[in-house]
Amino acid sequence: MSESIIEIKNVNKWFGDFQVLKDINLEVQAKQKIVVCGPSGSGKSTLIRCINRLEEHQQGNIIVDGNELNENTKNIEAIRAEVGMVFQQFNLFPHLSILDNCTLAPIWVKKMPKKDAEELAMQQLEKVQIADQAVKFPGQLSGGQQQRCAIARALCMQPKIMLFDEPTSALDPEMIKEVLDAMVNLANAGMTMIVVTHEMGFAKEVADEVIFMDEGMIVEKAKTKEFFDNPKSDRTKLFLSQIL
Amino acid sequence: MNYKNILKADENNYKTFLPIGLVLIFISLTDVFLNSFLKINITSSLPENFSFFSPLILGLIGLQLIRIEYSGIKSIDLLNKNINNNNFNALLTLLIIFCIFKAFPPALSWMILDANISGDTKDACTGTGACWTYIKVWLRRFMYGMYPNELHWRINSAFILVIGLGFAGYFFKDNLKKYLALYYVIIYPLIAFLVIYYLISGGSFGLTWVETGAWGGLSLTFIVSFFCLIFCFPLGMILALGRRSNLPTIRYISVGYIEFWRGVPLITVLFMSSVMFPMFLPQDFFMDKLVRVIIAITLFEGAYCAEVIRGGLQALPRGQYDAAKSLGMGYWKMHIFVILPQALKLVIPGICNTFLALVKDTPLIFVVGLSELAGMLALAKTNPKWLGFAMEGYVFAAIIFWIICYAMSKYSYNLEAKYKTER
Repeated sequence: MSESIIEIKNVNKWFGDFQVLKDINLEVQAKQKIVVCGPSGSGKSTLIRCINRLEEHQQGNIIVDGNELNENTKNIEAIRAEVGMVFQQFNLFPHLSILDNCTLAPIWVKKMPKKDAEELAMQQLEKVQIADQAVKFPGQLSGGQQQRCAIARALCMQPKIMLFDEPTSALDPEMIKEVLDAMVNLANAGMTMIVVTHEMGFAKEVADEVIFMDEGMIVEKAKTKEFFDNPKSDRTKLFLSQIL
Repeated sequence: MNYKNILKADENNYKTFLPIGLVLIFISLTDVFLNSFLKINITSSLPENFSFFSPLILGLIGLQLIRIEYSGIKSIDLLNKNINNNNFNALLTLLIIFCIFKAFPPALSWMILDANISGDTKDACTGTGACWTYIKVWLRRFMYGMYPNELHWRINSAFILVIGLGFAGYFFKDNLKKYLALYYVIIYPLIAFLVIYYLISGGSFGLTWVETGAWGGLSLTFIVSFFCLIFCFPLGMILALGRRSNLPTIRYISVGYIEFWRGVPLITVLFMSSVMFPMFLPQDFFMDKLVRVIIAITLFEGAYCAEVIRGGLQALPRGQYDAAKSLGMGYWKMHIFVILPQALKLVIPGICNTFLALVKDTPLIFVVGLSELAGMLALAKTNPKWLGFAMEGYVFAAIIFWIICYAMSKYSYNLEAKYKTER
């Protein structure tokens, strides 16, 4: 087995008195695609937000690409630059055009020359098929286009890992497909991906492993085929029967 | 037919009701109009009590007669919908129109028709109206204070220079655009200060020294407002960020600062700055009164700005912070490129509010002996040769302040429209 790019060991996290993550262990190899599913409030979003330290964990170790995340981490920005994230609510910057959304971080974080950054941004926008919208502002785009732009924005930082936090949950049913297509293309290109989603079709198509979480714990972790064909725990069976 | 509805216009009778109603309203308005503008009372033949109320009664009946749901005549439908939809609103409408008719002629005749502007002395004012001669004679004092007459060109040219430099940002080439903020926050205030110091104060380059005590009038209002505005905004920004900082020391210092300055009246701050503050300074250390006043107002208004800006910061969804962080931006990059541009856009109305209040607070600097526009008025009205013209002076000052403030609020609307983006 190749070296893991993300290692999560015995992680516990509390919001006040409420324990959101209970003894989480997870290893992700480079180029692996992991889908995390589970009922709402089960801690899946919190888990992937811990991976780029948008949330801080209180116990355990999270190691991303050889760097341990803790309060002494000086280079947290450098780690975040390697970990792209796509949010449920898109979170594009409404005061900047689509192109500027994509070039802002490369120019100011990676110190890329403006021309190169724009070239790269146009390439990425081309890949998600919204290059023709580059001069518009986020408010003028549909939800699906905004989410694809958000994917392009994250890719412009040329990350090693991509995190998706329910990327299709805020979209109209018609627009889900265009976003999923963009994600499938990305997966086929060999990106390491951790995706929190309820789209089981997507999971079946691209995931190497599926993780089922409930009440802050990883209830089941299995290869995709096994997870769907032969789930072990009753909780997983119940969940799958409701969602499929 | 219900007796209550006899006077109610409907689709059957509106063709007769409408003209009668309009005629009654016309009579009512003409009566009041002639009465107040030309002092003719067309209803004088009627008993006195009725004569007094007749316009109101006639107008109400008229409005009642034309009140129909849909007449097909655009202006009447509009009238019915907006100011004549029930009896109470009709009454209010009439009363307001009458008040305007009654108040306008006296104001007009005081300000213009019976007013005087010719001559150079008090004796020129003979009419019952305003004596604008007073304003004319004192205009230079109101504009420039006690600044020597022959040196007024220095103030004028300094202002032209400062305004010109202010517009310079518009002509920056694209490759200089990124230094725009730096220019306006640091370089521009510095240059403006030097211009005002060397031109208005003088003392070098062959210009005679004019002490700040002699400055005054509207030009001083501008100088004080200008420096306070451009300094209190960055201060407020830093304090607002400090108040939301994760570092307890910075947060508590900011909170303490804001709460302290918001809790004391400006007039005491100014008083302290001029009377108490020098006591704590070393003997040979000298700071000009005007500079002390500007610092005091800046510190004071900075606290207000901070709270306004904090409102904008809190209005932004958390996702904006998350997105910026997830792209690897640090605290400053996140705030400069993502958070502040959006937050400041949201607080334009609030900031404009604070700035207007600041401009209108400048007359308070009289407590330290500086006389800007309102202060000069207070001086002029006690001049033995020109007693009894306080009214003209204050009306003049009110108009000037209104023009300044209205221009500022218009500008803020423009900014809002310019930076409006859809979310």
